[in-house]
Amino acid sequence: MSRKTLLALGAGIAVLLLFPLFLPRFYVYLVSIILLYGLLATSLNLVLGYGGIFQFHHAVFYGVGAYGTTLMLTKTGLPAMLAFIAGPLVSAAFGLVLGIICIRLSKLYFGMLQISLGSLVWAIVYRWYSFTGGDDGIHGIPMPEMLSSPKSAYYFTLIITLVSLFIMWKVIRSPFGSVLQGIRDNPVRSEMIGINVRRHQLLALVLAGFFAGVAGSLFVVVDNTVFPDMLFWTLSLEIVIMCLLGGWFTFLGPMLGAAVIVALRTFVSTYTDYWALVLGIIMMLVIFFLPSGILGYVEEKFKRGFIEPEIEEQ
Amino acid sequence: MDAVYSIIPAGVLSQVFVGLSRTTILFIVASGLTLILGVLRIPNVAHGSLYMIGAFTAFTVTKLSGGGSAGFWMALVIAPLAVALISLIAERGMFQFLYEREHLMLLLLTFALSLVFGDLVKLVWGGEYKSVPVPHIFQGFVPLFGGLPFPRYNLFLLFAGPVVAILLWLLTNKTKMGKIARAAAVDREMVGAVGINVSRVFATVFVIGCYLAGLGGVLVAPTVSVTLGMDHNLIIEAFLIVIMGGLGNIWGALLGALIFGLTQSLGILIWPKFGIIFPYLAVVVVLLFRPTGLLKSTW
Repeated sequence: MSRKTLLALGAGIAVLLLFPLFLPRFYVYLVSIILLYGLLATSLNLVLGYGGIFQFHHAVFYGVGAYGTTLMLTKTGLPAMLAFIAGPLVSAAFGLVLGIICIRLSKLYFGMLQISLGSLVWAIVYRWYSFTGGDDGIHGIPMPEMLSSPKSAYYFTLIITLVSLFIMWKVIRSPFGSVLQGIRDNPVRSEMIGINVRRHQLLALVLAGFFAGVAGSLFVVVDNTVFPDMLFWTLSLEIVIMCLLGGWFTFLGPMLGAAVIVALRTFVSTYTDYWALVLGIIMMLVIFFLPSGILGYVEEKFKRGFIEPEIEEQ
Repeated sequence: MDAVYSIIPAGVLSQVFVGLSRTTILFIVASGLTLILGVLRIPNVAHGSLYMIGAFTAFTVTKLSGGGSAGFWMALVIAPLAVALISLIAERGMFQFLYEREHLMLLLLTFALSLVFGDLVKLVWGGEYKSVPVPHIFQGFVPLFGGLPFPRYNLFLLFAGPVVAILLWLLTNKTKMGKIARAAAVDREMVGAVGINVSRVFATVFVIGCYLAGLGGVLVAPTVSVTLGMDHNLIIEAFLIVIMGGLGNIWGALLGALIFGLTQSLGILIWPKFGIIFPYLAVVVVLLFRPTGLLKSTW
């Protein structure tokens, strides 16, 4: 990282730390939601953009994490912090199980089977009234004292999101991350040079599941509710669009995409019920006119103008 | 027939027939899906939406024609054609520009279309439940196996399934168009190289596949309440069927639909509340032993 990017990053974090002091409560809530969706989209991008795995039903892991945390909080007397760890762990376990079933299949098969099995999870949550609250979900989840105000929930979300993003960034920069991208670009050759392709992909799926679960737990902290729509397929599509819109070959693209989509959804839903229609149209526009996403586009432009300095740095 | 009853209880037998009628619908829709998969190599996620549009169009057509039997037959002709027209517009207006681009973009476009179609249906028809009357000659029940009542309409479905299967087989194996399409499924570049307009072949296959989705929608309309969300359930089921049968294989779709329909209807007997998990279990078991599906995939 250059000094400029570090400075920009530091400034961004400073803004995020300070702004709740000046803006009304609604915006604090909105930014919390954006942050956790950004985390969710980034976790998807770990497997979709960097791993080239067609994980089309990512919302399942988000929902499972949220339900895991919630059920621990409401049904057991264990300490709350334990619940926040348990949710993501359950998600990771789900990632492992679904991964083991699906990973043997080729790309499109994987995507289709993943959508189908994910929908089964949704259907079970939707129907299992006695355990998950069925289609009503669970409301008014009790929070520990220190997380009960919107501001504290915001700071908790901010810190956890930043830490998770940092870990994912490290993972992508690690040898494991390089291997993962190598597999994405050429699975056959990777296999040839002795890489265990499936094991690497499986580990990526588990990691993605874990961080999606973290995002789910954060939603419980911010909103104090869970509902089956969190595992519904439309949400998964929304996450895919976030990655695509922001630029899925860039690390921060999904976060940017999440900010745009969440802000737009909040804005559009005050006017109309037809959010899915708007979302679909946005998706089409992105596919046709901005296939590498906002950040990808900016990067292309930027690189075209400043090619020489970059070579000098190396 | 007493011999049959001594082996299989009547409840099970009637569920088997319910499952078989469901199989017909599933097969018709899944065969369209698998046709598109085999040739264009896209899992058309909007397929479920087209099925839903077919059902809603059938509702409108029967209502406009006064709700009689004739309305249903008119719907059976008009609604699939309407769906085919929509798909033709989508293909010529959008899909064809993406064939040269990265494959994932095509797939994502079908995602986008499913969102748009879903909301358009809500916009046009509203969120209430609709029902389509069963045509007059298929009302009532016929006794099966010594008195077991079975809806006549479902009997009609049981005949419709094989008819569609045979027509599809004739289309893909006996016509020039079908042969070209099968060749394009194996090697589209070679087909293009010998001077055939591959883009037009793709369009034709896509429209035929979507026509089948619309046909399934019309046929299912009298047996269920036509409602928003029927697209989502069906696309999941069709995906599983196609995966089980082998991508692109029409007989695989038939076999998959059979397994799916039967495990679903019998599963409800075993565990009423969570009967839906049995078809999924069947899929997982099939994939454990045959990761590329039961029959040969065209891929």
